[in-house]
Amino acid sequence: MLSKRVIVCLDVRNGRLTKGIKFAGNQDIGDPVESARRYYEEGADEIVFYDITASAEQRGIFLDVVSRVAQAIFIPFSVGGGIACLDDMHAVLDAGAEKISINSAAVKNPRLISEGAREFGSQAIVVGMDVLAVEKTADIPSGYEIVIHGGRLHTGLDALAWAKQCQDLGAGELCINSIDADGTKDGYELTLTAAICAHVTIPVIASGGAGCPAHLLDALTRGQAQAALIASIVHYGQYSIAECKQYLADHGVCVRQTW
Amino acid sequence: MLGIVDYGAGNQTSVRRALDALGITSTISHDAEKLWSCQGIIVPGVGAAGQAMQQLRGTGLDGLLKDAAKQGRPVLGICLGCQILLDYSEENDTDLLGLIHGQCRRFASDLTEEDGRPAPVPHMGWNTLHIQQKDCSLLKGLPSEAFFYFVHSYYIDPESPQIIAQSYYGHPFTAIVGHEGLWGVQFHPEKSGRPGLQLLKNFYTFCQEDKNHAQ
Repeated sequence: MLSKRVIVCLDVRNGRLTKGIKFAGNQDIGDPVESARRYYEEGADEIVFYDITASAEQRGIFLDVVSRVAQAIFIPFSVGGGIACLDDMHAVLDAGAEKISINSAAVKNPRLISEGAREFGSQAIVVGMDVLAVEKTADIPSGYEIVIHGGRLHTGLDALAWAKQCQDLGAGELCINSIDADGTKDGYELTLTAAICAHVTIPVIASGGAGCPAHLLDALTRGQAQAALIASIVHYGQYSIAECKQYLADHGVCVRQTW
Repeated sequence: MLGIVDYGAGNQTSVRRALDALGITSTISHDAEKLWSCQGIIVPGVGAAGQAMQQLRGTGLDGLLKDAAKQGRPVLGICLGCQILLDYSEENDTDLLGLIHGQCRRFASDLTEEDGRPAPVPHMGWNTLHIQQKDCSLLKGLPSEAFFYFVHSYYIDPESPQIIAQSYYGHPFTAIVGHEGLWGVQFHPEKSGRPGLQLLKNFYTFCQEDKNHAQ
């Protein structure tokens, strides 16, 4: 049976991790390649890198990180941040990533999804969505609105309608990030996650709000997501990936046991 | 030295990186003579069957792979490189190499998982194997519960004696096909963590021990 996935997210700025990462040895490591290797060895099913500078002059540094990561880990990984055209997609895939994650750029230019899917296959295109709970209106009947630029800009798009549109355009996966839950460590936004999962057939990754392994369990069962994205709970050494996966396995979720 | 067939099929560099990590020297080439001089040949592949076969025929590499199979040279096909070892694919209505009898079929769009949830196409993610032939050299040292990474919309449906391991997605399908020395794996060993690396290492060990290849 296809397993549920635990995906670790790393934010990269100027070729370094934006936040120090604390491993068992009490060692802070800012090197994304070294961190990727550690998470790979600990049992992450996938890793996603976000280039949060994404300025033209820093792009080369980031692509160098991607190619060094590709030499160090032997699981799929995706890359997001600053990808706005097919050439950008080519560059990260050539550097060794399996998937491309697009967010604001897809909202501004939905054809990017279909063009990317045609060129590289749907399996390579992940659409990330930042979602904010709002009052239900005629335009936003679900009460969930797509926001961009880190939540600063409202788009007027209903999250459910946008999710369906992304699927129809050829997205292979959706990563649903709740702006309300992000950073709270109170758990994923399960109502949103479940609503999106019921609305599309492609795999959905829950993102934002993980504070403990029980939250992952909720996302993968009640939230019905195929994958859960985690960041700070493993970055600061609070939990290991192995602990998260063991908890999921103990509660009957099919997860990949590393060997 | 292992030869990785370069026919413009995408993932040859990720296969190369995995072999590098194992300390196995390899060459990515479309030169038949160079590939023939290698101890074993890996056929990678991401993309569509029609275009892949067109490329192989255009470069004459289809002949190389047929000769390799005929003479018992070790061959490992990965994903699309596994599918093209068979007779025929529904994808682009394509005649394949015919080295292993059987067809490639598309996963139906209305499949459900064992727990009743829809199983969307492509089948993408980590899945386990149900091993039919436990003495297969590729599987040496691998725990039976190991997961492998799959990304595919078509699956191989070979004649049963050639089924080495199956996996399950909506229904059982073949994940490893062939016989000693000629194998196809539907998953991506180069992206399957330690078990995948072990499988590649097993292939290399088989190649080194292969008696058919005069050094």
